[in-house]
Amino acid sequence: MLSNPDSDVVLSVTDVVTQFDTADGRVHAVNGVSFDVREGELLGVVGESGCGKTVTMMSLVKLLPMPPGEIVGGSALFEGQDLIQTDIDALQKIRGGRIGFIFQDPMTSLNPVLTVGYQLTEALRLHKNSSKSAARQRAVELLELVGIPMAKDRLDDYPHQFSGGMRQRVMIAIALSCDPKLLIADEPTTALDVTIQAQILDLVKTLRQELGMAIIWVTHDLGVVANLADRVMVMYSGFVVERADVEKLYRTPKHPYTYALLRTLPEMEGERAQRLESIEGQPPDQLQRPDSCPFAPRCAYAFERCTQENPLLEFVSEGHEVACWWNMEKNAPREAS
Amino acid sequence: MSDTHLSEPLLQVKNVKQHFPVTAGLLRRQVGMVKAVDGVDFDLFPRENLGLVGESGCGKTTLGRTILHLYRPTEGQILFKNADLTLLKPSALRALRPKMQMIFQDPQDSLNPRMTVGSIIAEPLDEHSIIKDKERSNRIEELLDAVGLNPRYTNRYPHEFSGGQRQRIGIARALGLNPEFIICDEPIAALDVSIQAQVVNLLEDLQEKLGLTYLFISHDLGMIRHISKRVAVMYLGKIVELGPAHELYSRSQHPYTKALLSAVPLHDPGREAKRERIILSGDVPSPANPPTGCPFRTRCPVAETRCATSMPEPKNLGLGHWVACHLME
Ligand SMILES: Nc1ncnc2c1ncn2[C@@H]1O[C@H](COP(=O)(O)OP(=O)(O)OP(=O)(O)O)[C@@H](O)[C@H]1O
Ligand SMILES: Nc1ncnc2c1ncn2[C@@H]1O[C@H](COP(=O)(O)OP(=O)(O)OP(=O)(O)O)[C@@H](O)[C@H]1O
Ligand SMILES: [Mg+2]
Ligand SMILES: [Mg+2]
Repeated sequence: MLSNPDSDVVLSVTDVVTQFDTADGRVHAVNGVSFDVREGELLGVVGESGCGKTVTMMSLVKLLPMPPGEIVGGSALFEGQDLIQTDIDALQKIRGGRIGFIFQDPMTSLNPVLTVGYQLTEALRLHKNSSKSAARQRAVELLELVGIPMAKDRLDDYPHQFSGGMRQRVMIAIALSCDPKLLIADEPTTALDVTIQAQILDLVKTLRQELGMAIIWVTHDLGVVANLADRVMVMYSGFVVERADVEKLYRTPKHPYTYALLRTLPEMEGERAQRLESIEGQPPDQLQRPDSCPFAPRCAYAFERCTQENPLLEFVSEGHEVACWWNMEKNAPREAS
Repeated sequence: MSDTHLSEPLLQVKNVKQHFPVTAGLLRRQVGMVKAVDGVDFDLFPRENLGLVGESGCGKTTLGRTILHLYRPTEGQILFKNADLTLLKPSALRALRPKMQMIFQDPQDSLNPRMTVGSIIAEPLDEHSIIKDKERSNRIEELLDAVGLNPRYTNRYPHEFSGGQRQRIGIARALGLNPEFIICDEPIAALDVSIQAQVVNLLEDLQEKLGLTYLFISHDLGMIRHISKRVAVMYLGKIVELGPAHELYSRSQHPYTKALLSAVPLHDPGREAKRERIILSGDVPSPANPPTGCPFRTRCPVAETRCATSMPEPKNLGLGHWVACHLME
């Protein structure tokens, strides 16, 4: 096990609430999310598209358009400082330095009119005061680290000259450039093929072991999470609905949503399924903060209470928390605690 | 590399190459060539779903764009319903466009941030068809509904959607003109698994219902196994193995395919910890400077001296299974 439960908490997030003003009204994107990440730990964050993974992460470093976005409440302690209360100028010094960020969309976060080399060296010169030649040298090393061939010759290329996966690797290189204490990676390997992904995952494991980097890894790839994470947090409609050690989550999922999620995956071996299992229906529109369980309309186990009260995340067994009124193991309503 | 099919192919790709010039210096003088696609052959039959897999940068997107003639091929022929696209006049090509669509890898590239979702989806409809008013707005709502988005969202802008929701807007747009052939370029890569299953089931239903033909680009080998009956494996601009999915997944012959399959993360922490991986050594060569002979030889665990001297010809192993590797001889 790479993480040690007693080691230092690097980031402590409490009750973050983020909303957006839209033409249709207020969108309740994040409804009170809390979690910790410890040194050397990798926390996997999974959940349906639109459930608030990106907005949660963006709220921590205020990379949201505000307005229409608004961080209504919560705190995020990083190295003794509440990021939510920190002003943008001070945050800018932390972002890309002590906190590395890999964004979901590599094309929007790389500047199309600047060369890849410039964008890589910019962070180094800003946060580390590196000289121009030292920064270029380091940039080549970083590109090699993420598996870009002939890195030296590609420094003066523009992002559009790179393939989708290569752009994503450039983003990873930028995020790692200043040896961050915390790395927030939002779908960092979606555009990567499996062999490069395997390489990147190995790299990430090394970084954690050697540098004790804490990592938040947002993904929808449950295979990657199984491979990489110590703990997993499952989000649904702006809430955390389950959180557990990785083995426990895969062996004994306790939330019907997690359970369904694990069953939608195509198999690599054996009989090919006629049709993939899918979770029918759509996530609720988030114009109102729900006062009942947001998953209830799609849930196979929903009963009366689920439509009346929204369950809170509750500790149910060693290393396992769930927000659900139904006890899947006993196949009975959860007893009041 | 063709197959024994009774019907005529819908699409024939013959020795297609796409080379981009590399320029340098103030005068942007040409100093080399990126051989993004370097001699690709395959046939695609009506109602078929051919999976295309391969490492990042191996030329999958470029091949897709070249097939649709978004780029002119440097060399080779592309026949769609027996019409050679490389010889068509722009007007004739334009008339064929609605029949061939692409769902793009990067939804950001294809969604205009200043247009509402409704107008994004309507754009191809307005360009190529004549439906108006009520019929037009019904069609937009139908398309949104078909991809699992709330039809009430027509007046929202792309940035108001999550990454996965944006991808579904792209799918709705591609479906608008009732195409016959769709190139799906990593259509589900940005989607979480529950919606991946929905979208894959949707794409399969649409195929069934509308008789669609897909070229399905993905690096998700599990999903390709599920959705494609035939699979092509691409490496550095070339197809190195092609065959029926069940053959390829159980009896892959090319060392690259074997490595690829062994690198797929299993969604089971227990099995994952125990399995054996073929970790490829060495860097992916640059398509501007590909190795001599077999493109894979620099990372191949079983390469021999002859692999450096000549490019192996594709060899037919029977049952439509082709492989380009010297060690097969
Ligand atoms: N700028 C914005 N204006 C209005 N709504 C927004 C904005 N950005 C995000 N949202 C909404 O907030 C919710 C959460 O979005 P978020 O991007 O965090 O989802 P996600 O979990 O990262 O999804 P994905 O897996 O698709 O990336 C969604 O309902 C989305 O529509
Ligand atoms: N317009 C262009 N000019 C120069 N080189 C290009 C251009 N477009 C692509 N390339 C190069 O061609 C090669 C193939 O790129 P392509 O985007 O087709 O890869 P891909 O297989 O789709 O990769 P990914 O899985 O990362 O999307 C890459 O080396 C890329 O840098
Ligand atoms: Mg996201
Ligand atoms: Mg691509």
